[in-house]
Amino acid sequence: MAEVNTGGGDKGGKKRSKKTSTKIDMTAMVDLGFLLITFFMLTTTLSKPKAMELVMPDKEIDETVKQPEVKCSHAITIVLGKSNKVYWYECPDDAENGIPQLNETDFGDNGIRKVLVQKGKQIGSDKFVAVIKPLDSSKYVDMVSILDEMKITDTKRYAIVDLTDDEKKLTEGL
Amino acid sequence: MAKIKMARKSSSLDMTAMVDVAFLLLTFFMLASQFKPKDVVSPIIPASVSQFKIPEKDIMIIALRNDGAVFFGIDGRPNRQKMLENIAKKYNMTFTPNEIVEFNKMENFGVPIAQLKSLLKMTAEGKSPVQNGIPTDSTNNQLGDWIYAARLANPKIRIAIKGDKQAGYSSAKEVVATLQQQNINRFNMITSLREIPKITN
Repeated sequence: MAEVNTGGGDKGGKKRSKKTSTKIDMTAMVDLGFLLITFFMLTTTLSKPKAMELVMPDKEIDETVKQPEVKCSHAITIVLGKSNKVYWYECPDDAENGIPQLNETDFGDNGIRKVLVQKGKQIGSDKFVAVIKPLDSSKYVDMVSILDEMKITDTKRYAIVDLTDDEKKLTEGL
Repeated sequence: MAKIKMARKSSSLDMTAMVDVAFLLLTFFMLASQFKPKDVVSPIIPASVSQFKIPEKDIMIIALRNDGAVFFGIDGRPNRQKMLENIAKKYNMTFTPNEIVEFNKMENFGVPIAQLKSLLKMTAEGKSPVQNGIPTDSTNNQLGDWIYAARLANPKIRIAIKGDKQAGYSSAKEVVATLQQQNINRFNMITSLREIPKITN
């Protein structure tokens, strides 16, 4: 692909040795280069996906080990509903018979995160427990988001638990 | 009157620097790239602030499609073959060498075991049939069998769940319950990275 200087060979009758230009036409090479770059850029996976770890409690409970009890007033229950809605409640004043007040919020900056931070400060981060109860109408992304909020708000103690019958009544239609 | 001569610009420009950069980039992408494996399912994964990188080796990926269908795949062809042998033993099936080769090529799959042979036949013919997930219900928990077979094939295997954002929680719950039946209480969920939000209050 070199540009060959061919002009002016016969002038003066003298035979000159053909001078080749030092310039090379690199257009085709560049074309090919960029084509390959585009190819590799599109096929490559540069950002490796990350992973969050989830540790579930052991199903078989060892009877000999005393389970730590959680005070009702130290826990809040977070219910995940449909279309990314979050509901939470805390222990009612009358822990035995009182009906808890369900609060609706979301995953926004002023949503469940604020609640978790406030409660964590109020109760003390070593005692505060968040009980997560996703409804069947919630999506996988909700579970990941709430676990993510636990990490963001530095909530150390949390668990994903199934709903009790009373809670099913309370959250009916959510 | 002197005529103003326009300086004639040469039409050919020096592309050396451009070529240098282009090939530098090319080299970079060639070395840094890892080809996307051909997946039968590509979930849109949710984001989290977690920075933990999933390992490339010894990994089992349980993928959830947006409709809740479960797909299963492990890395490494020798492990896949061992896993298939374990499954064949359990279900009293025999696979021809061609089927084993075809199975080893599959990054992941999502069919009941009864349909596995026809799936292998179709992929060998270059077709990509519709796959509707591995059964996870408690009476016929084939996902559990696959997980067990994979763990037998590679005891070091780690487990990752790659779920679509819109997959229902109930299907995720079934996968988690399946894992817990085998006393696996620690697993990873594959997410994309997002910025850690500032806590304001």
